[in-house]
Amino acid sequence: MSTAFEHPTYNYKVVRQFAIMTVVWGIVGMTLGVILASQLVWPQLNLGLPWTSFGRLRPLHTNAVIFAFGGSALFATSYYVVQRTCQTRLFSDRLAAFTFWGWQAVIISAVISLPMGYTTTKEYAELEWPINILIAIVWISYAIVFLMTIKKRTTSHIYVANWFFAAFILTVAVLHIVNNAAIPVTPMYSTSIYAGAVDAMVQWWYGHNAVGFFLTAGFLGMMYYFVPKQAERPIYSYRLSIVHFWALIMIYMWAGPHHLHYTALPNWAQSLGMIMSIILLAPSWGGMINGMMTLSGAWHKLRTDPTLRFLVVALSFYGMSTFEGPMMAIKTVNALSHYTDWTIGHVHSGALGWVAMITIGSMYHLIPRLFGRTEMHSVNLIAVHFWLATIGTVLYIASMWVNGILQGLMWRAINPDGTLMYTFVEAVEASAPGYFVRLIGGLFWVTGMLIMAYNVYMTVQRREAISHPAPQAA
Amino acid sequence: MDTGTFRGLITLILIIAFIGIALWAYSKRRKPDFDEAANLPFADDDEQPTSDKHASRERDNEAHSRDERGDKNI
Repeated sequence: MSTAFEHPTYNYKVVRQFAIMTVVWGIVGMTLGVILASQLVWPQLNLGLPWTSFGRLRPLHTNAVIFAFGGSALFATSYYVVQRTCQTRLFSDRLAAFTFWGWQAVIISAVISLPMGYTTTKEYAELEWPINILIAIVWISYAIVFLMTIKKRTTSHIYVANWFFAAFILTVAVLHIVNNAAIPVTPMYSTSIYAGAVDAMVQWWYGHNAVGFFLTAGFLGMMYYFVPKQAERPIYSYRLSIVHFWALIMIYMWAGPHHLHYTALPNWAQSLGMIMSIILLAPSWGGMINGMMTLSGAWHKLRTDPTLRFLVVALSFYGMSTFEGPMMAIKTVNALSHYTDWTIGHVHSGALGWVAMITIGSMYHLIPRLFGRTEMHSVNLIAVHFWLATIGTVLYIASMWVNGILQGLMWRAINPDGTLMYTFVEAVEASAPGYFVRLIGGLFWVTGMLIMAYNVYMTVQRREAISHPAPQAA
Repeated sequence: MDTGTFRGLITLILIIAFIGIALWAYSKRRKPDFDEAANLPFADDDEQPTSDKHASRERDNEAHSRDERGDKNI
């Protein structure tokens, strides 16, 4: 790549690398999701091979979308935001480059080891111990680069987005190391140092905080920078953002037990998890309102700016799924929803509606600036992508609501003599139409991501085309 | 002191700390600092000078008009 557009102060190279990989891994991860959705409609698509079976591809899908797509987006935006709001270059270019290549190595290891069947069986922490050690090293390097950049800032304040990014980085380091503490048995097999219900509690303390800090705090950092930037207005209330930050990080830590309702976990821990999950609604909505109100006086921009539309609809889905989550954490609701497709729908209203949309909006703001352009190659294609993503998400979550409630009601229906009214497979058969609608929703999403890839490619190409003749003229 | 009392005290300390943070954040004295911090994303606009100049002028007008309406949350 030409260095003609290299920024005099900031390190944009690592940001560019992570931004491009965000798009690449987004396509890979979501395509895997579409393959899995197809397998649920047509089970013979698992090809009868162990490597392509649902059980092995499913963790690959979750790791690819959360850690490869979401992770690359978080690295890109945090490195960009911390430099621009601290008005200083990244602490170390070499360590930043190491986090890029190290993180890609982690993802490639996942792509190889998960289909081969290597797994710790811990959800969202399936990778085996040698990969976990690499993750820990990369992550600590990330923390050093990020925090040392804040330390050498030339501004007096630490902008609120950086607080969220820093909390996300530090907490994920702690979560990853504690949950993956294991005794290695062979080079690709280990056993957890925790046992029984304690192991389950540690896993869901990790699992829910992966949602709370990786998928929420990190992306809120994105929101606090890119929503004001794109709306060209400062955040609605900086005071509210401070209260939002402390409330969110104080409460999220305690919500994990709602993943273990009606299990061997002590009842008091389940109730505590439920209550903390309900309280969590307050900071979540505080943050959403803060983002939304930033647009007051600028709502007309939504008519012409599809990037801003991505960011605002992401906030709407965030508000919706952070209402749905506390509701599902109530034990009586959970008795109906748990283990059904409702959970999958809830996860995707957060993952597609919030995480992916705020990421894509941020990327459409970020990518032209990284490549010396004022805007993306085609604004119309952003609008097309926006509608594909929105309709895709709605199809996905609506079909999973229907399926989830249907399954929950069928599983609990009993005859007067106390026997089950339906066999399990009858509930599976009844779910078939919903699985098909979900597949269509997924196809909408992948199509949108391919359009984004084309748009990004053309944006980057134009930059090269502009920068190449320049030396000749001079 | 037994474990239960100790945990209860920790909870109490955290609640007091949180109320303290909220009061601090909303104190009048902090307002100028927070206004400055809130504008950090716009403090280093070095790319696309023309459009950004226009944008910042628009932003100032907006902030001004919100102030006139008595809206302190800018």
